[in-house]
Amino acid sequence: MTTSAPARWTAALPVRLDRRYLPVLGTFVVLALMLVVGGTRYDNFLTPAVVSNLFINNAHLVVLAVGMTFVILTGGIDLSVGAVLALSTVVTAALLQAGWPVPVVLPLAVGVGTVIGLAHGLMIHYFQVQPFVATLAGMFFARGLCFLIAPESIAIGDPAFVGLASWVQIAGQWRMTSSVLIALIVLGLAFLVLHLTRFGRTVYAIGGGEQSALLMGLPVARTKVLAYVVSGTCAGLGGLLFAMYSRSGYSLTGVAMELDAIAAVVIGGTLLTGGTGFVLGSVLGVLVLGLIQTIITFEGTLSSWWTRIVIGVLLLVFVLLQRALSLRRT
Amino acid sequence: MTQQTPPPVVEMTGVTVEFPPVTALDGVDLHLRPGEIHALMGENGAGKSTLIKALTGVYSPTAGTILVDGAEHRFSGPADARAHGISTVYQEVNLCENLTVAENIMLGAEPRVLGGLNWRAMRRQAAAHLRRMGLDIDPASSLGSHSLAVQQLVAICRATVGDCKVLILDEPTSSLDADEVAHLFAVMRSLRDEGVAILFVSHFLDQVYEVSDRMTVLRNGGLVGEFVTADLPAAELVQHMIGRSMDVLEAAEEAAERAERPAGATPLLQVVGLGRKGSVQPFDLDLYEGEVVGLAGLLGSGRTELARLLTGADRADVGQARVSGRPTRLRNPRVAMGHGIAYTSEDRKGEGVVDGLTVRENIVLALQAERGWMRPLPRRQVDELVAGYIERLGIRPADPEALLRNLSGGNQQKVLLARWLATAPRLLVLDEPTRGIDVGAKAEIQKLVAELAADGMSVVFISAELEEVLRISHRIAVLRDRRKVAEIDGDGASMDRVVDLIAGGGAA
Repeated sequence: MTTSAPARWTAALPVRLDRRYLPVLGTFVVLALMLVVGGTRYDNFLTPAVVSNLFINNAHLVVLAVGMTFVILTGGIDLSVGAVLALSTVVTAALLQAGWPVPVVLPLAVGVGTVIGLAHGLMIHYFQVQPFVATLAGMFFARGLCFLIAPESIAIGDPAFVGLASWVQIAGQWRMTSSVLIALIVLGLAFLVLHLTRFGRTVYAIGGGEQSALLMGLPVARTKVLAYVVSGTCAGLGGLLFAMYSRSGYSLTGVAMELDAIAAVVIGGTLLTGGTGFVLGSVLGVLVLGLIQTIITFEGTLSSWWTRIVIGVLLLVFVLLQRALSLRRT
Repeated sequence: MTQQTPPPVVEMTGVTVEFPPVTALDGVDLHLRPGEIHALMGENGAGKSTLIKALTGVYSPTAGTILVDGAEHRFSGPADARAHGISTVYQEVNLCENLTVAENIMLGAEPRVLGGLNWRAMRRQAAAHLRRMGLDIDPASSLGSHSLAVQQLVAICRATVGDCKVLILDEPTSSLDADEVAHLFAVMRSLRDEGVAILFVSHFLDQVYEVSDRMTVLRNGGLVGEFVTADLPAAELVQHMIGRSMDVLEAAEEAAERAERPAGATPLLQVVGLGRKGSVQPFDLDLYEGEVVGLAGLLGSGRTELARLLTGADRADVGQARVSGRPTRLRNPRVAMGHGIAYTSEDRKGEGVVDGLTVRENIVLALQAERGWMRPLPRRQVDELVAGYIERLGIRPADPEALLRNLSGGNQQKVLLARWLATAPRLLVLDEPTRGIDVGAKAEIQKLVAELAADGMSVVFISAELEEVLRISHRIAVLRDRRKVAEIDGDGASMDRVVDLIAGGGAA
């Protein structure tokens, strides 16, 4: 009588379902439900155009969430990604305005993120600064630097950059921009790195127990620093994608975007304590966030702030769900 | 001495480790030979862990030489030591529960394909290693889904991957039951027969005698000597370890004489039908002043769960409790403390001492919590109190400002006891107070329990060691499968009777 429902389902499935996948599966179910609900409520909702836009509008967030997943898997956090994204857009726009060629600007913009991420990693590992504090400092630093470079929004008119940004592949109603392509490549790389390299498995091991990982002889120091480098680099790249999307660089972009990234990761089933979660889940999380926005737009009458309320509720539900799952495990 | 001794694979000579001003290890020698199980014996704080850490490069010795296969080595850390064939398995399983069994065994020596992990080969190789250990588990399952004993064996499995010449097992048996220990020993013997040198650290003398060929005894950071196990009687070994005779133990036994309980006395704590779903079945228990009640049962029989209900650490969902005859709900530890009920958890590190605080701070913690932050204890009173307990319990080092994490397990336990004694409890619930601590400290704690009871305190004593429970308890509650199955008088209890009850054979 007391057998829990999920246990019975898993027992009934022909393939044994590892409970590690349950949170991600939950996110997937929520996403599917939202699509079904949206599709029945509104005309023109379940169309390739809407789905394409979902990806196009959130490509930068996908990249941020992928980077954030690395950090959170180690049990850390990166609060700087929103500010680093803004810095990257500003650097891109300012350098292009100054007439630098695109092949130089792109790596520089991404490199800014890499350097800041490296600084975080070194501070966190070698000076034992709390990740929260180190990346908070990085956030203020990056945001301040934005204003130092350009207090006003800079429009990007460089033809090569605009050309790159407006590259699009069209198949029927499906559209894929260069941003989406880059985001998907990042996602694929991240997936391979996390699951098929020693670095990736060490990221998980650190999240499972840093002391244990150390005693297992795994390269903890290097891995931890690298996780922040990955997150910083992703933030830099995210900035580039956002600059392509908005055709401008502006110091006030991405305010609180780090929180969206964290929310996406958590909704995607990754535990904030580290060690459990999947990068694919984080992407599902981003899609859930984006879909909420889409639905509210379709609803028309609702204030867009409802997005925030729904995200808040969803976050709570997912955290409680994870709590219930981990409780049953013990 | 017909046996030929092969040349040692590890030769430590005159190894000294200093943490100024403390000399943790003073000129110690250790020789590990291939195909031998070598026991490292000593009280807590004798320097066993320090010696292991000096060998594996966690600490760097200030003097002495370490030869591995005849060549001098100073390892930079466990990973470096492991690369030279010296693997360590620690008391706490230091693996990652969130990873799969296969990863836990193979990471670091994983098979690769095209620069990435080869999961299939990894699982296959892990399965082969597991079979060697006599373990039949799915390498793709996550480690956290297995029992502690299996995890321990997986840890050993990991240690023996690749070229393992020396295997160091630090207290591998402290959380295993008898069958699991037997399994572990079988694995150890087969590794020994393959020519691995094994260093075995354990507090259980009978286990050491069962499995080891030779032993090195340490005391207070110094070397007592190396002995052939078969030539050293247990009593002599204990004397070597504690450096004094066993009269402390005997004193404890004498002190266990019970003050006669007056007829019709009100129990200090009386519980009726107290229970909690999934934790322990409803039980009755009366606890009187001046009495030690032992809880006997196997690991997982509900000993700790019962203690947690008595002390409000877990909330009961059925049953009543009366303190001195008055009905009470023991909702949380704070309420219990208000009634004079103190609880020391079996999880000393996690739920007991605060290892980043000093001895002084740890001792006054509970007393100060009871007084509230508005009324801080005067510093002079604190110093007197702390000095008093350090003296009375023999806490070493006798320094109120020492950080708890630098104390040995036994001394941490004493500090924990002092913390609760400082609140002058009427009922003291001790969950495994003697686990993982040495013979000397064990005897001291047993003696203290007897004294406290003689002074009128009520004590609930939990221990996995039946002998100990039998020796100091006036009454014994026996648990089996999360149910209290019997309550017997300590005086009339024989080991066999209790074992029968625990095993489920006796009259329940």
